[in-house]
Amino acid sequence: MDGNGFWNGIKSGAPIGLGYFPIAVAFGALAVKAGLIWWEAALMSVLVYAGASQFVGVSMLMTGSGLLQIVIATLILNLRHLVMSLSVNYRMRFFPPLGRRVLSLGITDETFALLTLGGGKQDQKALDPWFTAGLMAAAYAGWVTGTAAGALGAGWIPEGITTAITVGLYALFIGLLIPAVRRQRGPAVTAAAGMALSTLFGLVVGSGWAIVLAALAASGLGMLFWEKG
Amino acid sequence: MKVLLLIFGMSLVTMIPRLIPAWISSASDLPGWLQRWLESIPYAALGALIFPGIILVEREDPWFGLVGGITAAVLALLKLDLTIVMAGAVAVVLLYEHLF
Repeated sequence: MDGNGFWNGIKSGAPIGLGYFPIAVAFGALAVKAGLIWWEAALMSVLVYAGASQFVGVSMLMTGSGLLQIVIATLILNLRHLVMSLSVNYRMRFFPPLGRRVLSLGITDETFALLTLGGGKQDQKALDPWFTAGLMAAAYAGWVTGTAAGALGAGWIPEGITTAITVGLYALFIGLLIPAVRRQRGPAVTAAAGMALSTLFGLVVGSGWAIVLAALAASGLGMLFWEKG
Repeated sequence: MKVLLLIFGMSLVTMIPRLIPAWISSASDLPGWLQRWLESIPYAALGALIFPGIILVEREDPWFGLVGGITAAVLALLKLDLTIVMAGAVAVVLLYEHLF
């Protein structure tokens, strides 16, 4: 084992882990508010490890959506990782096969961004296995420990604050959306269509299906406005 | 039981897109239209999630969520960190809750 590479990876991944922590605390508290037991919230972070999907899953649970709707919404929301995983796997092509599979599970928007776009010192064409493992471990640790802390501490967080944290989840979505929307027309048109269609479909079907259908329809529409890259 | 089923279901559908490329030996390129579709999905999904959900956080008062959403939009436009965007929105909503 290359301890030095692993340690350098942890150091590079630390900002992601530290950034995940408070968001995970908010998720843990929200999950408990939605009726999950603390270890169920932690288990979800261990096994699912996808921030936006977990927030969506839990908030859909609160509004009474069914299991299938939540799982489909999760799948749709995570299809983007297919593209990210393709590009990360290309950079991991010299890793042992098992290592590649395990590390592929650690791909998030943030680890993808750091592994492919960040860090001038890393070779952009081929990653170091232990560096990649360390970076992903730091991010994962922040997400899982934060969830457990938030879920266990949920009882001490007053009701008014947990409702406000629900708004914090929408703030997260808006914060993710705005940087892309201000740069390019494609994302802006797509997101606006998503909002309009979600509202429209919501008049006919339940909000869970309205979100799934709107995401599919709006992304199809957005595809036409997408800049070729 | 229902929650565990949900967790395993969500776990499965998050693992599949992450894992598929690890099984493909060569990083062969996807067709352009599929790439553009996959790229546009997160924005479509985020848009659909944000609205109308944000006005329904507090059923009796659409402004409860809107105040937070507008704060988040302003902070994000100022290119502030995601954690600050979230914390700022929650703080303003707490203030709104306190005042009204």
